[in-house]
Amino acid sequence: MEPLIAPAQYTFLGIPTVLFSVLIPIVGIALFTYIMAKRIAPLTRARKDERFDAIPQRIWNVALIWLGQIRQPRYMMGGVLHILIFFGFLVLALRSMSLVVIGVIPDFALPGFGHDQMIGMIYNVAKDYAATIVFVACFVAAIRRGIFRPERYEVPARFGKDHTAEAVFVLCIIMTLMVSESLFEAALVAAQIQTGAHAHFLPPGSLPWFLQNSLLNTPMETLQTLHVAAYFIHDFTFFFFLCFLPLGKHFHVITSLFNVYFMRTRRGNIKPIEYGLSAEEMENLKSIGVKKLEDFTWKHILDFYTCADCGRCSDQCPANTVGRALSPRFISIKGREAVFNTYPLTGPILKSENLVGNVYDEDEIWSCTTCGACEEECPIGIEYIDKIVDMRRGLVDDGEVPQTLQKPMQALAKRGNAWGKMEKKRADWTKDIAEECPVKVVDGEESVNTLYFVDSISSFDDRMVDIAKSTAKLLQAAGENFGILGKAEKDSGNEVIRFGEEFLYQDLKNHNMEQIKESGAKRIVTADPHAFNALKNDYQLSIPVEHISSVVTRAVKAGKIKLKTITDATRVYTYHDPCYLGRHNGVYEDPREALNAIPGIRTVEMLKSGDRSFCCSGGGLMLFYEPHEEERMAVLRVKMAAKAGANVIVTACPFCLVNMEDAIKVAGYEGKIEALDLVELLDQHMVK
Amino acid sequence: MATVYAFVAHSDGVLDDSAAELAAAAKKFTDAPVTAIVTGSGVDAAAAKAAELFPAVWKIDAAELAYPNAEVVRKALLNNLDAGAVVLMAHNTFGMDLAPGLAVKIGGAFVADVVDIEGADGDTLKVIRQEFGGVVSTHVTVDMSAGAVVTIRPGAVAPLEGAAGGAVEDKAAGDVSAKRKFIEVREPEAGDVDITKAEVLVSIGRGIEDQDNIELAHELAKAIGSQAEVACSRPIVDAKWMDASRQVGTSGKTVKPKVYLAMGISGSFQHMGGIKGGVIIAVNKNPNAPIFQVANVGIEADILEFIPELTEALGEL
Amino acid sequence: MEILVCVKRVPDTAENEIELNSAGNDIERDDLVYSVNEWDNYAVEEAIQIVDKVGGTVTVVTVGDEDADEVLRREMAMGAQNGILLNDEAFEDSDAMGIATLLKAAAEKGKYDLIMTGAQADAGYAAVGGMLAAMMDLPYASLVNMVEVGDGKLTVGREIEGGNQEINEIELPCVLSIQTGINEPRYVGIKGIRQVSGIEIPEFDAAGLGVDPATVGAAGAKTKRVDYFIPETGEGAEMLTGSTEEIIAKLIDIMKANGGLK
Repeated sequence: MEPLIAPAQYTFLGIPTVLFSVLIPIVGIALFTYIMAKRIAPLTRARKDERFDAIPQRIWNVALIWLGQIRQPRYMMGGVLHILIFFGFLVLALRSMSLVVIGVIPDFALPGFGHDQMIGMIYNVAKDYAATIVFVACFVAAIRRGIFRPERYEVPARFGKDHTAEAVFVLCIIMTLMVSESLFEAALVAAQIQTGAHAHFLPPGSLPWFLQNSLLNTPMETLQTLHVAAYFIHDFTFFFFLCFLPLGKHFHVITSLFNVYFMRTRRGNIKPIEYGLSAEEMENLKSIGVKKLEDFTWKHILDFYTCADCGRCSDQCPANTVGRALSPRFISIKGREAVFNTYPLTGPILKSENLVGNVYDEDEIWSCTTCGACEEECPIGIEYIDKIVDMRRGLVDDGEVPQTLQKPMQALAKRGNAWGKMEKKRADWTKDIAEECPVKVVDGEESVNTLYFVDSISSFDDRMVDIAKSTAKLLQAAGENFGILGKAEKDSGNEVIRFGEEFLYQDLKNHNMEQIKESGAKRIVTADPHAFNALKNDYQLSIPVEHISSVVTRAVKAGKIKLKTITDATRVYTYHDPCYLGRHNGVYEDPREALNAIPGIRTVEMLKSGDRSFCCSGGGLMLFYEPHEEERMAVLRVKMAAKAGANVIVTACPFCLVNMEDAIKVAGYEGKIEALDLVELLDQHMVK
Repeated sequence: MATVYAFVAHSDGVLDDSAAELAAAAKKFTDAPVTAIVTGSGVDAAAAKAAELFPAVWKIDAAELAYPNAEVVRKALLNNLDAGAVVLMAHNTFGMDLAPGLAVKIGGAFVADVVDIEGADGDTLKVIRQEFGGVVSTHVTVDMSAGAVVTIRPGAVAPLEGAAGGAVEDKAAGDVSAKRKFIEVREPEAGDVDITKAEVLVSIGRGIEDQDNIELAHELAKAIGSQAEVACSRPIVDAKWMDASRQVGTSGKTVKPKVYLAMGISGSFQHMGGIKGGVIIAVNKNPNAPIFQVANVGIEADILEFIPELTEALGEL
Repeated sequence: MEILVCVKRVPDTAENEIELNSAGNDIERDDLVYSVNEWDNYAVEEAIQIVDKVGGTVTVVTVGDEDADEVLRREMAMGAQNGILLNDEAFEDSDAMGIATLLKAAAEKGKYDLIMTGAQADAGYAAVGGMLAAMMDLPYASLVNMVEVGDGKLTVGREIEGGNQEINEIELPCVLSIQTGINEPRYVGIKGIRQVSGIEIPEFDAAGLGVDPATVGAAGAKTKRVDYFIPETGEGAEMLTGSTEEIIAKLIDIMKANGGLK
């Protein structure tokens, strides 16, 4: 016999409280089901998405990213708090469900979870500590969020109102849950101790333990009230919270598991215009790309629901950092608001408006360099590049393209390169090294094992042809039988597809694939990560594609390429990871190995390196279009290099090099900092 | 050859610079006296000025001609011109409005934007024009047997000097009813600066490549001093990178600085038409840029590299 | 409003290095990339915007051979509903008067409220619009950089000297030549061009237009281009040479000598 009457048997003003124990869950679950049905409606009306493949990898992603929370500690303070709350929630989920039943059946326990059973005892200790940890973590989080207000949570005026109140409110709800659950338990145990009955064990130092100790002298009557009140506060708060989740950023508590399961499994690629359509069917579509909400795929709407407003994407986003119109976090938040407004909880579904112009603005959509820093960072698998590209496709389809980008696009269509240079001049750079390193042009007669895909910028740009020349010399030194396509090569189209001009990209791809096939090459090497990415991830070639840094690293290890010692001891090198080599393709180590293979080299790492590398702004045709910004990305990058103590920035991408060299001048580091491509540096130090 | 006329532009009783150029152009292919035509309302002064340049002047003075509406002026001219007339006028925005239609109505030939006249061989006029934005020139023959309208690029022909002492003859406008009505002239919104008053202009063109680089020009202007301002060519305004009030050229401002630094400007005649004095210093990375033909001083360099270096050098002075 | 826009296929000078051929009588055309004349593209965009506001159709017409088909289709992908190709060997080497004669014949086959041309094209005559208007006895305004549609008339702005804008009222039907910068022409993607690839484009020859071949083409041209040449450089600029430091030193001296530096 327990010293206190359980909520299941208590009467309040003559009303048996079991009535509330039954009503609260019924109303709560009904309401929750209704809200969820409303939330699922847009998913069913959204476009198709293919997310049901690669099941083992998806399970692995869930294990690592959702359950393992591996991306959380990248932001230590917030990450650790989240991990504590997350695991606390997992532990407490069982207890919360049991509690709902306890409101009707006082002695209810899940099988094996009784007070006197081993699992039950262990679990009870675990959940009491879990509640304590969650309470403390929420308290710290609330203080951090409400008082210290880390910068990344700020909401710029153009994106709407501050979200701090909602965040702190939810933290208070969670704390209420923790306190009420603990108080329910603590009041009972205090009564048990006071009456000398067999008392449940409360783990020392836990929240219920503190409460129980403070209640030892409380009158039984008060304990009874506290016991029942705490129960119903918990019960009500629990269902309130459940129904509150799908109304805002805490929807992620429900959706993150699914979002991580369905997150992208391939990297570097762009989704097709619509899944399951042939090239011809796509061409005949009346409208392409995303113009209205329902043009997004269901996964992309699920992304909107899942955004927890943590701001990590925007904190890493180079566009946001330099003050461009884009902040990826608000792509999600504004998207979610648009879904909620268009699909209201009550009343009819509204007609969707054009997204660009109403929800997003053009500059926002064109500001993205597709560097992928946001997606790399997102702890719950939200995607941005495909959304941006899809919206660009919509803009391109409507002819809404910034004027400065029209010329390069036209040139790409007519000449196969954005600069409008003549096709026949594509191999002109080989003339300068004809004696030292003759480069074969594959034209049906010559056959080669390795095709060096030069791509446009390294073929035509007066400065970047040096990259092509050094690459050729390294390939020769590595003993490769290689050639280039010459005038038969067209731009890889990496930027074209990301710009949203799908059909031009398809033309370029089909042309290049045909030429590559005809060349008979067994593999492709390129020194341009943009070409590397397009050929590897977008073209889906049947032959391997490698970046020159991997080829050189192997050749150095095999002793085919020998490197001279660095003579100038004052030079300190830092490696800048190109987005399309690093983040999109995971090539971080080969360039570093190649660099460090030069005897006597002094290298330092910048603050942002590896998968957090800071984009130079070269991607997505950004050489031809620059949105309004306060500072250039590459200027910031050069400053990072300076801060790291480097005076030579080594990169492995012609777009990066263009931007770095420009930025060095703009930032006033001319003569103090130099930028080089990895292949140039290796070429200079090659023992010939 | 039929009579040669020169339609003379003027404002506020002052002849346009092109008037003396037309007189010179006519001399290049005919020794016969050329009749100047002055139209407008209350244009005695302009007609008198024209008489200093031309041996004969027609003055068509009518209220309807107060503002040069091409349709109205065309009618006034047609009411007076004899068949087979050869009419010269400046290739300016009014000439472009008037000349083609006038040629049709005269029933003669038309040649526009002539940069030089080589002479006439009987009824065949031989002129030089440019195509593709001035990259290439062409020799063109014009059959004047049934009359012709020839527009001459302003500034292309050296003006004629000396007094002709011609007589002014009044001509009636006749019926000049038109389906086009002049309403008003709107001036561009006043910008923050008046480039026409600057002694030094750092003027940028396409070579600046990027909106962000405009800052380089401002820094250079600052290094030069308070007498310097930043101006630009049309593409910069078209791209909305700078205010229209900073545009130099026939469709922009006419400027008379002491030093004009043309940075990355190719040098179209529309742009050069807006520069009326001072030493022109052109910096361009393309050695074949047309601007090097017309500038006084040329420097072959990439302005994105050159400007910061010049700014720095000036800072050290 | 029924609008006819006259367009021309021209070498894209921004994307080409224009060079003379070895004979010196023409530019080297082998490696040229052609596209629609920039001014014409603004005219088509303006026509589409007008039709979007007040209804009607946009028809594009060009004089040229089969290759000119591509610019018609490009402008149709942009939003013009119809295209007309005027193609006959007899049309070759027409001067502006000849082109205007052909366009007049084409225009009279339809009933257009407004005819637009670009202010000028590659040869820089800026003539066809004004000639066409005079031939058809329609009012005309050149260098138009603003159009407002009124009742039976338009209010148009003309770009004139000094950055000023001359405002006129002009009765419909009329002819306008359009200046760049009047709008921001929309982008035309590959998909759009492909989607209009199947549309039949009516083609007219001299007989079809009812034009006497002797009045157009080389035969009818009173203005003839004899050759192309690269002009003698003449005096030109005094080129400063040497190291950057030397150049800058000389430049600063010149600026000082001319009162540019104090």
